[in-house]
Amino acid sequence: MSENVHVHIDVRKKITGYCIGFAISLLCTFIAYWIVQQYVTGAQGAFAYHVIIPMLAILAVSQFVVQLVYFLHLGVESKPRWKQLVFWFMIIIVLIIVVGSIWIMNNLNYNMMPPADYMDVKTQRGGF
Amino acid sequence: MTDCLIFASLFAVYVVQRSATAGGPTSNELFDLPFVLAETLLLLTSSFICGLMLIAAQVKNRRLVIAGLVVTGILGAAFLAMEFTEFYHLINEGNSWQRSGFLTAFFALVATHGLHIMVGMLWLIVMIFRVIKVGITPATSRKLTLFSLFWHFLDVIWIFIFTIVYLIGVL
Repeated sequence: MSENVHVHIDVRKKITGYCIGFAISLLCTFIAYWIVQQYVTGAQGAFAYHVIIPMLAILAVSQFVVQLVYFLHLGVESKPRWKQLVFWFMIIIVLIIVVGSIWIMNNLNYNMMPPADYMDVKTQRGGF
Repeated sequence: MTDCLIFASLFAVYVVQRSATAGGPTSNELFDLPFVLAETLLLLTSSFICGLMLIAAQVKNRRLVIAGLVVTGILGAAFLAMEFTEFYHLINEGNSWQRSGFLTAFFALVATHGLHIMVGMLWLIVMIFRVIKVGITPATSRKLTLFSLFWHFLDVIWIFIFTIVYLIGVL
């Protein structure tokens, strides 16, 4: 009997967890959507472009964390925390790939960008 | 985790290729935000129901598990249908993946996610049959947990697609 009650409470707690996660995710999605909508329609009181990007990033990352905690149950396992180790390793690799690519490609674009009149100069000189 | 690497690479490609429109349409001319918001809500709700399904599996309520799986599947199918409609319109207007580097990267990223959802749907259908036939044994429970992990993961990926591709795309 007492075990039954315990299971019942446990289930209720879990359902609440999912509901909280769902609600916060919805909220984040709607706020992000609203911010962008305001900007696109040019409504008054819309945020400036350079403020929007970090705001969207913060919203996305917080939703990411919320879903990790409430849906994927990260951070509730007992020691040793192998899952968390793997998770952080993954985050590092992903960051290296994404940030590294953007960095390198922008650098390339910057260094390799031909001047606007490059082709004209070439034809004037009669080619190389 | 290896799947994360695929998506990380595709995201990197997308961000790098974003301005490579080759005179074609840019991202803020293409996307229809309310439509994408609806897609997002479908996927988010689907993920939520999937989580509830897992709780039903823990208390061994077979009917609720099947109902949860079915609802998850219907929402996933609706999401896929919307995504296909979106692709169909883009291609019909001549903006397929051949148009520019930006569109190639866009289709590669979003379609890979769609393909994952499709595989997830297949997995889900198999799970429904398994729950009906075998019932909720410890093995089924484990398989359901793995499935929900996969499904939540796809939702997490979609947060970033929604933000990076669509929201920042229309700015």
